[in-house]
Amino acid sequence: MVPLYMYLLVAAGLFSIGLYGVLSRRNAIAILMSIELMLNAANINLVAFWRYGQPANVSGQAFAAFVFVVAAAEVAVGLALIINIYRRRRSVVAEDVDLLKW
Amino acid sequence: MTDFLIDIGFSRDLAVLVAKTLGVFALAMIGLVWTIFLIWVERKVAGRFQDRLGPNRAGPFGLVQSFADAIKIILKEDIMHSGVDRWVFNIAPLLSVMAVLLLWVVIPFTPTLIGVDLSIGVLYLFAVGSLSSVAILMAGWGSNNKFALMGAFRAVAQLISYEVPMALTMLVPVVLTGSMSTQDVVFGQHVWYVFAVPLTLLIFIIASMAELGRAPFDILEAESELVAGYQVEYSGFKFGLFYVGEFLHAFTVGVVMAVLFFGGWRGPFAEDVPLLGFFYLLIKSFIGYFVVLWIRMTVPRVRVDQMLDLGWKFLVPLSLVNLLVVALVWKIIPGTDTIDSFGDALVPSLVLLVVNIVMILGVGALLREQGRRDRQRLEAKRAALEPAEAAPASAGR
Amino acid sequence: MELTVESLVFLLFSLITLGGGLLVVTTRNLFHGALFLMLSLFGVAGLFVLLTAPFLAGIQVVVYIGAIAILIIFAIMLTPQVTTTQPTNSQWIAALVVAVVLFALLASVVTPILSELGAEGWGASFTEKNPPPVPEDSIVELGSAFVDPERFMLPFEVASILLMAALVGAVMLVRPTPDEEEDAAPPEVSERALVESQE
Repeated sequence: MVPLYMYLLVAAGLFSIGLYGVLSRRNAIAILMSIELMLNAANINLVAFWRYGQPANVSGQAFAAFVFVVAAAEVAVGLALIINIYRRRRSVVAEDVDLLKW
Repeated sequence: MTDFLIDIGFSRDLAVLVAKTLGVFALAMIGLVWTIFLIWVERKVAGRFQDRLGPNRAGPFGLVQSFADAIKIILKEDIMHSGVDRWVFNIAPLLSVMAVLLLWVVIPFTPTLIGVDLSIGVLYLFAVGSLSSVAILMAGWGSNNKFALMGAFRAVAQLISYEVPMALTMLVPVVLTGSMSTQDVVFGQHVWYVFAVPLTLLIFIIASMAELGRAPFDILEAESELVAGYQVEYSGFKFGLFYVGEFLHAFTVGVVMAVLFFGGWRGPFAEDVPLLGFFYLLIKSFIGYFVVLWIRMTVPRVRVDQMLDLGWKFLVPLSLVNLLVVALVWKIIPGTDTIDSFGDALVPSLVLLVVNIVMILGVGALLREQGRRDRQRLEAKRAALEPAEAAPASAGR
Repeated sequence: MELTVESLVFLLFSLITLGGGLLVVTTRNLFHGALFLMLSLFGVAGLFVLLTAPFLAGIQVVVYIGAIAILIIFAIMLTPQVTTTQPTNSQWIAALVVAVVLFALLASVVTPILSELGAEGWGASFTEKNPPPVPEDSIVELGSAFVDPERFMLPFEVASILLMAALVGAVMLVRPTPDEEEDAAPPEVSERALVESQE
């Protein structure tokens, strides 16, 4: 089989790509999409360690399932917030939401 | 096939890969060619429902008609207007057909012939079904046409609303069998599940027809009202692909219904003669397909807000309660962990049948009560209007 | 890494995942970005299948591709600023540096590169190649773990409450305000017409 570090490498790569997206994109929805990439990278990590470590113990898969739940809830509320911001400020560019800045 | 390839010198891995690829091609080809026959069946049956004959000029009984239609649609001009998003526009019909063909992978044709016996067969059916909403969004967006986009939104809203009752009802055979693999679901149906949980079958039929975009839920394409909804900018072969996908999906729903509820390939002597099992599956899925066509040809179209109300406010709570009751009853009845024969399965199925009939009667009573209250409210409104109407009429005269 | 069918499939799915991810963060057109996100998530589902977690792969397709990505597309449509003139903000170079440095750090920790280059004690190279086999009924085991009071029943219930809170919260957040509802109300229709239409 493929050695474990290859899966971890893929997860690290996906996480870094997501990090670049979060830090550099202007559109709030693009930032949310990059956050989804980071969550998926964490999931790959969890499942890879479960598979190569102790496949008899289902805690790894359960953990990953809970990450799914949290990601879904966060995306729903995040998008609701973005739509609200768009209604009030007519813009979803993250830099324009700066009322609380000094 | 794999052994033959290994014998002529392929390595083990490569032999498996080639054999599986050939199997994939065969299944896809058979699925697409079968659609031509299905279109003929649909047009004949639709004609009979509408008191006419259906196509009967091209070939004996109109059998060549579908071939003629296929050739015509391939030869039509492929219009791609300006502003269209080429990649998205072109991939959408392919994805739509792919989402339907992928469903055929987990259908058990005989006790030994199945594409892949996935341990998550039923979940796979559901997951692939949700890919068709992606194809619709791509079609609506790629057309660069705001009406196509709105049509796509409405279609996706309908599809994701009815995914919930469909998933909850597809879980009931899983609960009754104890495994998500479709082959296990068929093996576990010593008593066909339609006789144990008929309410689940009813909900599944309604939810599937909404997933298909078939009348009464065909606000998706509404040929007489919206031209073609999200498909409005498609012409030629791409439209043909959408068409093929829709018809094949209707038959696939019939097959899935047969596998999950009507016992799949089960029947007398099916284990000994596998071809007979395949034949039984064909008959049962045609019965399911016929029921879908029947409802399509008889019931008028439902408005989009009525359809969403039906989905969220009626079917979702009903399917949730149904799943809970079935799971509870199945747990309470002793001896449901090991059901190996018809005799073992008889008593639990009868108990479930009784509970289901009670639930159907209860739902019927609820609906009647609701209908009566609506009628009373309407009468009260009309009575309130009558005196007001009479006064101006007499004053005007 | 030996050249088996499995490693080829792993390579394919990794390329789909990482390539889709790269395209998500660099594309100008947001709708294309959402579609590339779906592609990347599909690659992750493929990786889950390779890791013998078929249930998670199915849930990935249903939840992420069939629901979350479609929700993101709906949000993109409802906030129309699809083709921006400038997708990246003013600090993208710093972001790139941070991402590359993080990846280098993570790669040095998990892969055996550093121990091959001679630096001991830094990485925990996970070179495990032959994992123990997965038990046959891991899905059944997962299901019973979720309702077992000694294992995951409490997180399961808390997760369902979290989902309900998110559902109610999202609906409340996007409800139209009273002024908007006044603007959106249909014009006055006579009572008679309403009654007639409902028969």
